[in-house]
Amino acid sequence: MSDTTTETTAGTTGSSRVKRGLAEMLKGGVIMDVVTADQAKIAEDAGAVAVMALERVPADIRAQGGVARMSDPDLIDGIRAAVSIPVMAKARIGHFVEAQVLEALGVDYIDESEVLSPADYVNHIDKWKFTIPFVCGATNLGEALRRINEGAAMIRSKGEAGTGDVSEATKHIRTIKSEIAALTAKSSDELYVAAKELQAPYELVAEIAATGKLPVVLFTAGGVATPADAALMMQLGADGVFVGSGIFKSGNPAQRAAAIVKATTFFDDAKVIADASRGLGEAMVGINVADLAAPHRLAERGW
Amino acid sequence: MTTRPVGVLALQGDFREHIEVLRALGAEAVGVRRPEELAEVGGLIIPGGESTVIDKLSRTFGLAEPLKAAIARGLPVWGTCAGLIMLADRISDGIEGQQTLGGLDIEVRRNAFGSQSASFEVDLEMPVLGDPPLHAVFIRAPVVEAVGAGVRVLAQLDDARIVAVEQGSLLGTSFHPEITGDYRFHEYFLDRVAAQ
Repeated sequence: MSDTTTETTAGTTGSSRVKRGLAEMLKGGVIMDVVTADQAKIAEDAGAVAVMALERVPADIRAQGGVARMSDPDLIDGIRAAVSIPVMAKARIGHFVEAQVLEALGVDYIDESEVLSPADYVNHIDKWKFTIPFVCGATNLGEALRRINEGAAMIRSKGEAGTGDVSEATKHIRTIKSEIAALTAKSSDELYVAAKELQAPYELVAEIAATGKLPVVLFTAGGVATPADAALMMQLGADGVFVGSGIFKSGNPAQRAAAIVKATTFFDDAKVIADASRGLGEAMVGINVADLAAPHRLAERGW
Repeated sequence: MTTRPVGVLALQGDFREHIEVLRALGAEAVGVRRPEELAEVGGLIIPGGESTVIDKLSRTFGLAEPLKAAIARGLPVWGTCAGLIMLADRISDGIEGQQTLGGLDIEVRRNAFGSQSASFEVDLEMPVLGDPPLHAVFIRAPVVEAVGAGVRVLAQLDDARIVAVEQGSLLGTSFHPEITGDYRFHEYFLDRVAAQ
């Protein structure tokens, strides 16, 4: 694996340690989807650790259909100007020019996201070529390792975005965690076949068998709508939570956002989660994933 | 040697890394999220994370006032990155309503190097640690823009910007010794906790 690092007298930028390091600092936090500068401000005030700038939240992408692309640079600039916390933005899978544009705009993290329409059904972006770090979605360990091999500095389990149904998020984080646990139980001569079955590089597979964890931070996403949902993800072993449509498609976004932040920090304290869950008003209406025809499932984009 | 554990503020950020380093160095380390947990510790690290979030959660869950009282009593506290911001008396570019615990007579600027693309790692001369230089990772890091008379500067970048300070029982660093594998600054902090 190579790394596009830049040496200057002031130091080295774009190294894996620097890219992965920002995700380390986001741990225990909530990253919130926002579509306007006002929403970004509400998110920051509620305790978001970062915001994801996009034109439409996944629930609207789902409802309105059509091709979903990178956001307008003016919208991203407006959100960057409104907040001091890190700003992330989404590029289409394989669309390395959208990623180049986002890097030029000075966002802090790029999400190569299945929520947008893929631009390449074969290749993901070669993320080692960028100074800016990337987060990528994964439904299982093999997918996570392929993304890390391409240079992803952070992984989020995909869930099913824009549904408010947490069941796919649960499935994906459980799958990744249990596949990691299974690797640690294997003897060293079994890891070659494990790498073949996971369709992932042997070196990464051996590293995970030895350490019992991914070499990058693992957040979870896709369907988190309540404080209890966020705490569920944390108890299942996520390092933090992305909340997309769940906040600004609900009755009282500011209060719900703050409540999800509290429940993420005190994920193991049911009294705090109970208090945070009171009086939040209406949650997003949601769609049961089981009712979605397979072609409309975003998690199946990416491979 | 104190028998009280060393706490790491565990509201948000990379507290797990600090806890692992402290344990690797033989110290007893615990996460701190509640006032009663703070009362048990003989020293505290405030980790990297988002200062706006750590500020908000520390006030929401009733930790801010006990933390200020502990700092006033002389508890050894070390802040890294967001933790440095939390210990600063003044922030030059906080968000509206952002508060700090204070204690260090300094002014800090958040995200002083710009967006994530400008985050970097560098070897840093640190006289209190001797040779070799400490490898330091700066992630959307703050810098110290002004220091009061009682503040000792522990490290500066080549352009003279201040990135590590000490005042009384408080330490602050812009960077993250917990993610580099060189734990001499953690040892420096533990020595101060033990001397307390």
